[in-house]
Amino acid sequence: MLKFILRRTLLMIPQIILVSILVFMLAKAMPGDALTGAFQGNPDANPEQIEKIREKMGLNDPWYQQYGRWLGNAVQGDFGQSYVHKQPVTHLLAGKIENTLLLSFFTLIITYLIAIPLGIIAGRWTDTWADKIIVTYTYFAFATPIFVFALLMMFFFSFILDWLPYSGSVDIKIETGTWDYFVSRARHLALPVLSGALISTVTTIQYLRNDMIDQKLKDFVKTARAKGVPERKVYTRHILRNSLLPIAAFLGYEITGLIGGSVFIETIYSYPGLGYLFIQSIQTRDFTVVTSLVLISATATIVGTMLSDIILSIVDPRIRIE
Amino acid sequence: MKEPAVLDEKKLIAQEKMNNPSLMKTIWREIKHDKMAIGSLVLLIIILLAAYLSPLYIDQVAQQRVNFFNNWKPPSAEHWLGTDDGGRDVFGQLMLGTRNSFTIAICVTLIAGVVGLTYGLIAGFYGGTVDNVMMRILEFLMVLPSLMFIIVFITIIPNYTVVTFILIVSIFAWFGKARLIRSRALQERELDYINASKTLGTPSLKIMFFEMFPNLSSLVIVNMTLTLAGNIGLETGLTFLGFGLPSGTPSLGTLIAFARTPDIVQNKWWVWLPAALLILVMMLCINYVGQAVKRASDARQRLA
Repeated sequence: MLKFILRRTLLMIPQIILVSILVFMLAKAMPGDALTGAFQGNPDANPEQIEKIREKMGLNDPWYQQYGRWLGNAVQGDFGQSYVHKQPVTHLLAGKIENTLLLSFFTLIITYLIAIPLGIIAGRWTDTWADKIIVTYTYFAFATPIFVFALLMMFFFSFILDWLPYSGSVDIKIETGTWDYFVSRARHLALPVLSGALISTVTTIQYLRNDMIDQKLKDFVKTARAKGVPERKVYTRHILRNSLLPIAAFLGYEITGLIGGSVFIETIYSYPGLGYLFIQSIQTRDFTVVTSLVLISATATIVGTMLSDIILSIVDPRIRIE
Repeated sequence: MKEPAVLDEKKLIAQEKMNNPSLMKTIWREIKHDKMAIGSLVLLIIILLAAYLSPLYIDQVAQQRVNFFNNWKPPSAEHWLGTDDGGRDVFGQLMLGTRNSFTIAICVTLIAGVVGLTYGLIAGFYGGTVDNVMMRILEFLMVLPSLMFIIVFITIIPNYTVVTFILIVSIFAWFGKARLIRSRALQERELDYINASKTLGTPSLKIMFFEMFPNLSSLVIVNMTLTLAGNIGLETGLTFLGFGLPSGTPSLGTLIAFARTPDIVQNKWWVWLPAALLILVMMLCINYVGQAVKRASDARQRLA
């Protein structure tokens, strides 16, 4: 067990190093460097002086030296300066990370709150009208692109019904910490969270339904029934215990999916998180911010996948054999 | 003596064909059996015909001409779906967009299909160390946040055209396919016909593509139909964000991208809503047909 976790964690290190090299290469391929922003629009900038500063900052060093320095700084939380905002990237990220985490956290909770009951209903009462409705729903959710769905949700709930706000994370002019502030935040979160959650339930529902249908035919279930275990307990004690555990393990993979989805959701709802910042930065060619965001997302994905693998191996020991 | 033997063989082949109908026949039977699937197929064909034959009834040059006196007109008899910011007919844009979006999705699906298939077949056929190394590489590629990478590539590439767009998206579209093919190829390589062929000295490439591949073809077709829908979503999504097709090549995403200001979302819905609904309908249709194809490829799931 411990050996597996250790091996899986060690596997993560080359992955992170490779990703960081890839991101660094991309950053080098992007036009502009750390000095571009500082001298932009400054007519007094003397090319010779700039060259001197470049030399001093080590921008003319071979790439592996620059890479080492860049990675060293990034690990310590220093992602350089934003050209556009003229402030450290870390400052810029600070508030946004919190927003994105909040959005992802609630999206995950709502996803599971919807998906697990629906999956259980569909799996337990297969081929009833309830099952058919749920299957139709998963079918729609699977086929609908997230940005189309988010737009339609916004159009319907914010414009036609005028129930919920369509942009931002909180109304301006509301003091932090008050009850009104909390309500305003919740109302701003509602649509982005729902748009993301209603789409991302698919995998969980389908997995639960299929797995329960498989489990139902297994011998241990027949044995339980033959022993006279009440039908309700057959499900809660025997079938669900097997079917639900892997869901916990998919958590890490879900996080991976949320990162991609957040770009669309946050952009559509102008929600000030990392995904929206990514789109804004790339539009304004603010490449230090872009690079940091790609690096952060890639690391989050790698860690998420690793967590899922480890949880899965705890839940299902057969995986460890390899 | 020779004649009857030849006849016999023909008969046997005919018999064999009766017993094992081709995949296409099975798919057709499965679709015919499912009313929703046949409805989806017909609807999809109508949409695609309308889009691909649009040059017959839409003057492309006039379509793209900007006329500011005529902008933001609501739907009318002359402009079925109104006009956009430049006074262009939205219905015409919709048809051109559908054509472009669909063509691009097909290209991406085909390129990704070929790359994924080759990668998966090689990994699965050789197995062992080759497979191990190739799978580690694939695992690494799969954890990359592909949407962000695609957007970054699109922004930094010079001379950006439709072709480069297709290539960039394809680079990130084959991973899942490769993994799927590889796991099936691994099972396949243990079977006798592969071993027999190896013993006879058939070149590996020939075994992979002419002996193994036909047995995986149904898997590939199912996967390609389902990813086709996903690729339409990806292209329109990227164009919606502003990182898709170069300007001047309308896509369904271009029309939806108008929905970026509250005023347009609410008061000029005819510009973006039809495109959003059309994408939805196309995706649902393709997925429904795809599900029928999936059932056809797996005898246990067949309805017909």
